[in-house]
Amino acid sequence: MALFGQTFVTGILIGGIYAVIAVGMTLIMGVMKIINLAHGALMMVGMYVCLALFKSFGLHPYLGMIPAMIILFGIGWLLQKYSIERVFGVETILPESQVLLTLALGLGITEIIRLIFTSNYQCAYTPFSARCFYLGGMSISQPYLVGFIIAMAFVAALHILLTRTDLGRSVIATAQDRDAATYMGVDAKRITNFTFALGTALAAAGGAMLLPIFYTYPDVWHPYLAKCFIITILGGMGSTVGALSGGLLLGVAETFGATYWSPGYRDVVGLIIFVLVLLFLPGGLKKVIGR
Amino acid sequence: MAEIKTMAKKSWFLPAILGIVAIAFPPFLGGYFQHLLILMMMWITMATAWNLLGGYTGCVSFGHCVFFGLGAYGGGLLYLHWGISPWWGMIAGPLLAIIAGIPIGLVTFRLRGPYFALSMLALGETFRIVFTNWVSVLGGACGIVSSRTFGVEKLPYYYIALVIAALSVYVVYRLMHSKYGYYFVSIREDQDAAEGLGIPTTRYKMYALIPSALFTGLAGAVYMNYMAYIDPEVVFSLAGISIMMILAVMVGGAGTLGGPILGAVIFVLLNEGIRAAVGPISYLIFMVIACLLIMFLPDGIIGDWAKIKRAFRGKKPVYVGGE
Repeated sequence: MALFGQTFVTGILIGGIYAVIAVGMTLIMGVMKIINLAHGALMMVGMYVCLALFKSFGLHPYLGMIPAMIILFGIGWLLQKYSIERVFGVETILPESQVLLTLALGLGITEIIRLIFTSNYQCAYTPFSARCFYLGGMSISQPYLVGFIIAMAFVAALHILLTRTDLGRSVIATAQDRDAATYMGVDAKRITNFTFALGTALAAAGGAMLLPIFYTYPDVWHPYLAKCFIITILGGMGSTVGALSGGLLLGVAETFGATYWSPGYRDVVGLIIFVLVLLFLPGGLKKVIGR
Repeated sequence: MAEIKTMAKKSWFLPAILGIVAIAFPPFLGGYFQHLLILMMMWITMATAWNLLGGYTGCVSFGHCVFFGLGAYGGGLLYLHWGISPWWGMIAGPLLAIIAGIPIGLVTFRLRGPYFALSMLALGETFRIVFTNWVSVLGGACGIVSSRTFGVEKLPYYYIALVIAALSVYVVYRLMHSKYGYYFVSIREDQDAAEGLGIPTTRYKMYALIPSALFTGLAGAVYMNYMAYIDPEVVFSLAGISIMMILAVMVGGAGTLGGPILGAVIFVLLNEGIRAAVGPISYLIFMVIACLLIMFLPDGIIGDWAKIKRAFRGKKPVYVGGE
């Protein structure tokens, strides 16, 4: 029973951190209607910003998260404004050219990071990383728990931003109907830039929470990108509640796969869920919750 | 229309010259250049195969590494378990790719656009993880080592790769000039309209997938025999195989016959050719070029050739849209 509980708790904790990364992607996907494959790479940049701050100033990743988010907000805004916006709505042979652009951007960013920081595995090791406490036979790792709490705070803040403020409502309006939002006086272009930047900043926050737990290297983002779009499809586009439930579900499913099947197949569980959801539950959990 | 006719008249000229150059010159080149040419032929095959499904039929697949990897593993597994020459992989590999491709197509062709792309990506990753972890049957993460039949001699590999590349281009050319080709393009342009006109879209997507899987698998088998070493992280690589195939096609021009060829040549030249001179930046240079091309010439070099010509003549680009 302790093993079951342990697996469940770890799954929930890691799922919360996944949710923060994915919530950024689901926002971008909701507003722009494209899959942003640069999301993972931008998360990785966030990790490296935190790492650089940690290495040079000894700033703990949880504090480094704030400058990292600000920097990534700027990078996201610039990328969207000067690159992705250009191919928005352009008629091409393949309608997926925007997706491919984000992909090429992501890989390019990875190479830039590789040139600066080399491919070596690096980690921000603090004494805090290994600390854990025991609760009824289960050991709960502190960095997981703190990461989870911060992640939940971010998701809650984002939810309030989206539902209670003017800016957030403009984002939702743009996601629902771009033209109608424009007629209502929403600057859709600006809102798109803002959404992309906000999503990127959230990815950076997620990266910062992962940094004390895992190590980082320029290609670290591949599995996280996969997790992000699994959660996005699972939760439904543009929904914070969907992304949160999707993230928790994926985290739990993965840890159960790792415990009871094989750690090597951990990521396969998510991918199988992904294909099954696409086939049998298009629209994701959002549809089920909304009903 | 007139332009198309004159192009058809001249159409034998360029391939003939290229063919003669490709057959006659390589024996006089050094080993390194022969290596580059082998890679080029392999990538031409892969990009052409991807283009048939992605560029012409409009099913942008982010998981073609499945077929490449299975093509490579076909021979590898025969060698690993029974000690049979990996050359039999030239048959077993593509066959394996097709056998896997049919159920994959049946499942994923129900999805459209980005969802199809992502589900293929998920399948590619699944294959990579399974091939990494299933040590007893598939060799696991250490991969499979075989030995090269021709030792350090590169020419035989080059001619085999050349024949396969030429065959893939020829097959795609013939397909696209038949009823199938028009069906493929109609599916890409508007799937609902195509279905409305009575085209069984799923079946025709399958007809595009099978040759695509076949040639990608053949390229994988060539890779297996040439490199004499495969491991899942390389042959099922998302960033190294699946995505590079797409970007090579996008650089050259999706949905054109010459696009994948040009794109593959540019890709290999930038990625391998200038690596000696500039080091690891070569990969970054390719990515920057890919970004700029998608931003300014979204249909690739061949697809937007008219735009490039106009730009060089100093005229403003005219966007020919709704004729």
